Amino acid sequence: MMPVEAAAADPLEDAVLAARLFVLAPATFKGLVLRGPGPTREALVAAITEAVPLRRLPGHVDDERLLGGIDLAASLSAGKPVPRIGLIEEARGGALIAGMAERMDRGVAGRLAQALDEGGTALVLLDDAAAPDEAPPASLAERLAFSCDLAASRRWQGVTLAPCGGSLVAVGQLEDADLRALAATAEVLGVESLRALAFTAEAARGLAALAGRKTVDKADLAGAVRLVLAPRATRLPPQEPSEAPPEEPPPSPPEMSPEEQSDSDRQQPEPDLSEILVAAAKAAIPPGLLESLAQGKAPRRASSSGTGQKRKAATRGKPLGARAGMPRGGAKLALIDSLRAAVPWQAVRRCENGANAASPSAGPIIMRKEDLRIRRFEERAARVTIFAVDASGSAAAARLAEAKGAVELMLAQAYVTRSEVALVAFRGTGAELLLPPTRSLTRARRTLAELPGGGGTPLALGLNAAREVAEAVIARGRSAALVILTDGRANIAADGSPGRAQAAADAETAAKAIAARGIEALVVDISARPGPEGAALAKVLGGRFLALPRADARMLSAAINAVQPLGKAA
Amino acid sequence: MARFPFSAIVGQDEMKQALLIAAVDPSIGGVMVFGDRGTGKSTAARALAGLLPPIMAAGGCPYGCSKDDQARYPDVCGRGKMIKRPVPFVDMPLGATEDRVLGSLDLERALRSGEKAFEPGLLAKAHRGFLYIDEINLLEDHLVDLLLDVAASGENVVEREGLSVRHPAKFVLIGSGNPEEGELRPQLLDRFGLSVEVRTPKDIDTRIAIMKRVAENEADPEGFAARWAGEDEAILRRVARGKARLPKLVPDEEMLRDAAHLCLAVGADGLRGELTLMRAARALAALEGAKKITRKHLIAIAPSALRHRLRRDVLDETGSTVRITRAIAELFG
Repeated sequence: MMPVEAAAADPLEDAVLAARLFVLAPATFKGLVLRGPGPTREALVAAITEAVPLRRLPGHVDDERLLGGIDLAASLSAGKPVPRIGLIEEARGGALIAGMAERMDRGVAGRLAQALDEGGTALVLLDDAAAPDEAPPASLAERLAFSCDLAASRRWQGVTLAPCGGSLVAVGQLEDADLRALAATAEVLGVESLRALAFTAEAARGLAALAGRKTVDKADLAGAVRLVLAPRATRLPPQEPSEAPPEEPPPSPPEMSPEEQSDSDRQQPEPDLSEILVAAAKAAIPPGLLESLAQGKAPRRASSSGTGQKRKAATRGKPLGARAGMPRGGAKLALIDSLRAAVPWQAVRRCENGANAASPSAGPIIMRKEDLRIRRFEERAARVTIFAVDASGSAAAARLAEAKGAVELMLAQAYVTRSEVALVAFRGTGAELLLPPTRSLTRARRTLAELPGGGGTPLALGLNAAREVAEAVIARGRSAALVILTDGRANIAADGSPGRAQAAADAETAAKAIAARGIEALVVDISARPGPEGAALAKVLGGRFLALPRADARMLSAAINAVQPLGKAA
Repeated sequence: MARFPFSAIVGQDEMKQALLIAAVDPSIGGVMVFGDRGTGKSTAARALAGLLPPIMAAGGCPYGCSKDDQARYPDVCGRGKMIKRPVPFVDMPLGATEDRVLGSLDLERALRSGEKAFEPGLLAKAHRGFLYIDEINLLEDHLVDLLLDVAASGENVVEREGLSVRHPAKFVLIGSGNPEEGELRPQLLDRFGLSVEVRTPKDIDTRIAIMKRVAENEADPEGFAARWAGEDEAILRRVARGKARLPKLVPDEEMLRDAAHLCLAVGADGLRGELTLMRAARALAALEGAKKITRKHLIAIAPSALRHRLRRDVLDETGSTVRITRAIAELFG
């Protein structure tokens, strides 16, 4: 059986294999991420449940329930402390299953990650992410061996996990040559995490165990690579120069359709082991990932889940729990938390008041000022400044470096004040979100360094993309501001076709849409000879205009700050 | 599950050195480990717990007070007899609440006997040991502030819920995180003594060695730990000797001058750089069993002690480490 062919079949097959491995040794493989809701996934989860008891983990679980502690309600009614064990402990030996894992609270994820590291806990994450920047917490996805995307699967009947023949213990350790091939494959795929590598080795042994063998063979290795390494790939395997498609000679990352790849694979005379493994992985890299990798914009989530994008669980506009404080100045009283804070004190306070402590339920609850709790929400002051940078030939040529510098400077400042920055670039015939709202200087710097310049000015597309980001930001309860660095000389229309008149009209429409949403905007013209277009754009946007023909990065950043102080509470 | 033995960790020498230095001289002020996921940050930090010389502590005392602590905090210590116990290592999860960290009202006793008692939190548990926080860069800001504050003062003061407690909390803070997922504010970063950058080993042989050890550990954790116990024991003795030697090492004028020059040359803000540099060099000398602190020690520790204190010039693409090594080369040849 050639692994390359097997992968072309329904994604369910790999998922079933992963599930069988997980069932074989839950403690070793720690669990799996199942993406894509639907009957297939339900069937698979049901099949897993038959072998390993799954305990449901609600998204709103609190620390006490997760780790155990004193059962407050039972304690109050019994008049003595009633201990309760936590979900993590309850699920020991089985596994926890979390639905909507992409919305999981970061605190819960932290607890679970710790439990996974301690051992004895296994986890199944159901990932229903719809938006590209949603994903299960990377700290968890990294710690689970498998990640399967079932969204494309069309089968749900007869999903069963065939009972396994052997056990993991019976299978011998991998040979040095095999380990070497696995390490080389991980290198080629850009998987840096050593955890992933260790999982791959164990998965290979697991596959041998499933087949009832005592030693690991090549097909096991290929299968392990497909199941563990491929979903985590951060770059495409390099392509053999002799097989390069003639129409794409530049040294940019290779672009190949899967057919071409398998063709070129078959032409290999006697490939060595790591080449076989790379080929196996190539066939199993998720299609979306393949595209974005081929375009050279590797998401570079180094070693995160492989299917998701940047994690943003903390700023989802969830309530943060209560803190002590007075309900004033807009803060709302958290009634339940206030009562909870007061309850343990009742006996003490009755004693202080001279009553009988033995009857804790007698009389009204004695509340004091320090019991009051106020609700806290996600910091609303969090502000996202979205830079829309014109990287076209007309605006950029000499000035792109300054624009980049200014963005970096403002980001450096933003991360001190805890505001965030996003970056949209437009050039040629498209606009793309290069940097989703982030505070990470490291990421921003790399993205900026890779930003190419040249081409037409699709201003309308750039504005639309920036507006979409701004809307997403606002939808999460934060405030957004646009800083548009352009000369305003649009020459590519919204549909990507050239033509100055249409382009200008489209840009105006896009600008009006931004103005209609009430998004704050600032237009900065950094071209050497500012024309009237920039000012006109600012007028339509209802925003301000700055012409800075000779400003360097520092001046630029200072000027933008003067107009629109970053990080100020909105 | 047995901990992965410290000595069995392949490579990552800078991180191991920094952790051992913090073990020898806890006053260094914590270690921050930056690096991608799956590079062994947590493994190394957790392994450290297993190889520190045991301490003498008051039995039955929730804080593990030493003799000095008993004298200074007479009202909180359990005043039990001194017993030997391992150095505490507290693994703080990301979602820990302020209550859990600082300590809070003891619910159990409040419910049972209507008594107002303090239930010590994680800070109390970490006294005289280590507090490890994975993904510290994702921790809520006010918690990080609080932790660094307690770490610096060595004392936890709780004034809440009608409780008023002051207890010792001297610990070494070890944080780890991936800068790609969010940065730590520079003000907080500066308060860490040492910072190290961990990279995935790119060398195939190293990666194979790691996979083998992980597999061995997975197959037989107890046996694996036993095989490395000797090596761990050696490190434990080295740390103990270093601790004893530490007070005997006094930095001389020349060395202080070197430290000051280096800090000026790289443009490290504030005086913390010099102080940490001096302390770290001393701890390293003690760890190596040297008679005197030399320039060699200073140079060896300079990147860890200074890299997070350089003023960030975002337009300068050269990393902090490069700037430090360059300055070292210029100053000391």
